[in-house]
Amino acid sequence: MSKKLSPEEMKAYWGRTSGLMWTLLILWFVFSFGVHFFAVQLNGIHVFGFPLGFYMAAQGSLIAFVAMCFWNASAQNKIDEEFGVSDE
Amino acid sequence: MAGAAANSNFLNNLGRIYGMYTGTFLGFVVVIGILEFLGVPDKILGYLFVFLTIGVYALIGWLSRTAEVAEYYVAGRSVPAFYNGMATGADWMSAASFIGMAGSLYFGGYDALAFVLGWTGGYVLVSILMAPYLRKFGQFTVPDFCGARYGGNTARMLAVVVLITASFVYVVAQIVGVGIITSRFLGMSFQTACFVGLLGILVCSMLGGMKAVTWTQVAQYIILIIAYLIPVVIMSAQVTGVPVPQLMYGQALEQIEALEKTLGIAKGHTAAFADARGNFNMTSAINYFALILCLMVGTASLPHILMRYFTTPSVRQARDSVGWSLFFIFLLYFTAPAYAAFAKLEVYQTLINSPVASLPSWVASWGKPGLALVGACDAANAAEIFPICRGVTGNGDGILQLSEFRIHPDAIVLATPEIAGLPYVIAGLVAAGGLAAALSTADGLLLAIANALSHDIYYKMIDPNADTKRRLILSRVILAAVAVLAAYVAGTLGADILFLVSWAFSIAASGLFAALVLGIWWKKGGDLAGILAMLVGYVVCMFFLIMTEFYGPMLKSWLGDAMTIVNIRGRQVAYPWGINNISVGIFGIPASFLAGWIGGKIGTESTPQMQDFIDSIRVPSGDVALAPGMAAKE
Repeated sequence: MSKKLSPEEMKAYWGRTSGLMWTLLILWFVFSFGVHFFAVQLNGIHVFGFPLGFYMAAQGSLIAFVAMCFWNASAQNKIDEEFGVSDE
Repeated sequence: MAGAAANSNFLNNLGRIYGMYTGTFLGFVVVIGILEFLGVPDKILGYLFVFLTIGVYALIGWLSRTAEVAEYYVAGRSVPAFYNGMATGADWMSAASFIGMAGSLYFGGYDALAFVLGWTGGYVLVSILMAPYLRKFGQFTVPDFCGARYGGNTARMLAVVVLITASFVYVVAQIVGVGIITSRFLGMSFQTACFVGLLGILVCSMLGGMKAVTWTQVAQYIILIIAYLIPVVIMSAQVTGVPVPQLMYGQALEQIEALEKTLGIAKGHTAAFADARGNFNMTSAINYFALILCLMVGTASLPHILMRYFTTPSVRQARDSVGWSLFFIFLLYFTAPAYAAFAKLEVYQTLINSPVASLPSWVASWGKPGLALVGACDAANAAEIFPICRGVTGNGDGILQLSEFRIHPDAIVLATPEIAGLPYVIAGLVAAGGLAAALSTADGLLLAIANALSHDIYYKMIDPNADTKRRLILSRVILAAVAVLAAYVAGTLGADILFLVSWAFSIAASGLFAALVLGIWWKKGGDLAGILAMLVGYVVCMFFLIMTEFYGPMLKSWLGDAMTIVNIRGRQVAYPWGINNISVGIFGIPASFLAGWIGGKIGTESTPQMQDFIDSIRVPSGDVALAPGMAAKE
């Protein structure tokens, strides 16, 4: 199912890919920095003994990172298949 | 042909082979446990663990020997996403992660979570910005990409310089890690231990290059994750009744908080950005985020990690593989804070304010000369029993006060089996796990360095007509030579250079990240963009590193109050604007992007041919539109 994209298709394909990249980059920023800017305030809330600010840095953000990597893979696969450029 | 058949047979049965391997390993642990029960001395058990695991890695290395270039450099591009994820996990997690991180968390509390975040979040950047495109490019090394994208040998050479600086600094720290573990468990001198570790590294990688390193790294991941999880799972079951430490240490944190109040500790374990009095501290917050940024961007720039994504069968699998990599890394990293919490609870609960005469036995066994990781420094002559107590004056009241207790960061992971009252076999298992972590990372780094020298410098720049046999022989000679040099440097510099790991991230982040990102995402940026991005980022980072570390007072006399002088590592180290110099990437990364942008604006735009090439690596299917002279000859 491989083919060469026309310049218009290429533009559309890369637009979609870039959109996904920016979405994930923003989420990456939120979970790497944004949430932890409020660590002091979040630490006032306790969940199962964990102060929430500590929990987000020790576990919450990590789970988000793993989910984001798998989400990127599956969303990009969908885009590839839509444009018929998947390599499998 | 027979070799190819055996190879595909192997690849089709990976699940069964590694399943059997895991079962055999667990059986081996049980056998050692029985030997211990029968009275075999601990030292023999330690030798069995170290040499049998190294023996298995050597066997895998020998079975993976190859005479094919693509197998040697990129494991024949046949590593499925899941297994590449495991191999990347082992490649990634070093002695610093396995042994050091829980210790840093014990001492740093919340602040040390910057390492947990920084060493995981970077994989999102690898996933969205780098891996699929580098895989599609489909050559052998990261400098290959820089050379092809930015007009040849100048860019290739710069990439090689960054790669070698970052990786060599990193590999020296790994060999130190191997040396520490081996010397501790086998009771040999640190220098000898470094060279024993070196042999372990060479047998894995010499004959089979990337192919051998890949399949040993998968084996090493399995050992290291089993070894990391078992002690803390048991500890959690004992302390909380539930064997899920990652969820249950919340309870321990609560108890620690209460104990901190009674013990009068102002800076809580979970307090964010606090100074010694427990008040909010801006410098601490800035350092936290600066370190996270450097470690994350460094993750997405370290060539020994990026080259793992050259080995998958497809672009699609390269993307999946990043997810698996992070998942396997996550398993260890989200467990590390539990180690720190349970150890701290044990110390606060059963050690502090207890009579020195009735301390649990692990204090004596991990505090004795030769190990010297713990100390109850109450009596005036405490240093005779606990060498770590040297320089600490206790009040001699027979009770262990908080200020009289000393513990080395490495003890948190190493001593946990004994704190939990487990037999020595589990301590040996932990040593085997730490060794697997250090060896696997050292393998990947050495291969990255040796490949840059043999492929990029020798084959691409000196003798493009060299035949396959000559290239592969040369690769192995260089690999051995670099390994010996790294072991020599490690043995000479000694054990207190683990901060080098963080330097490696700042160097790679400053030198390579902008050039790689711009190369893929900025089509119009010409040769000068990449060249300046690498050159300026690297120079700025190295300038700050060397000046702050070795010429701190001089830097302060130039820049005045902007520099804070801190006495560490026996030197007066300057912290620019209060930022710890392990995070110098904070200056190098923006400098690199700025220089790349200026270079792209003042230099010639990339040619239509180059733009076609970039389009072709952005799309998973189809051929890579390599212009003449860009491709490597197979």
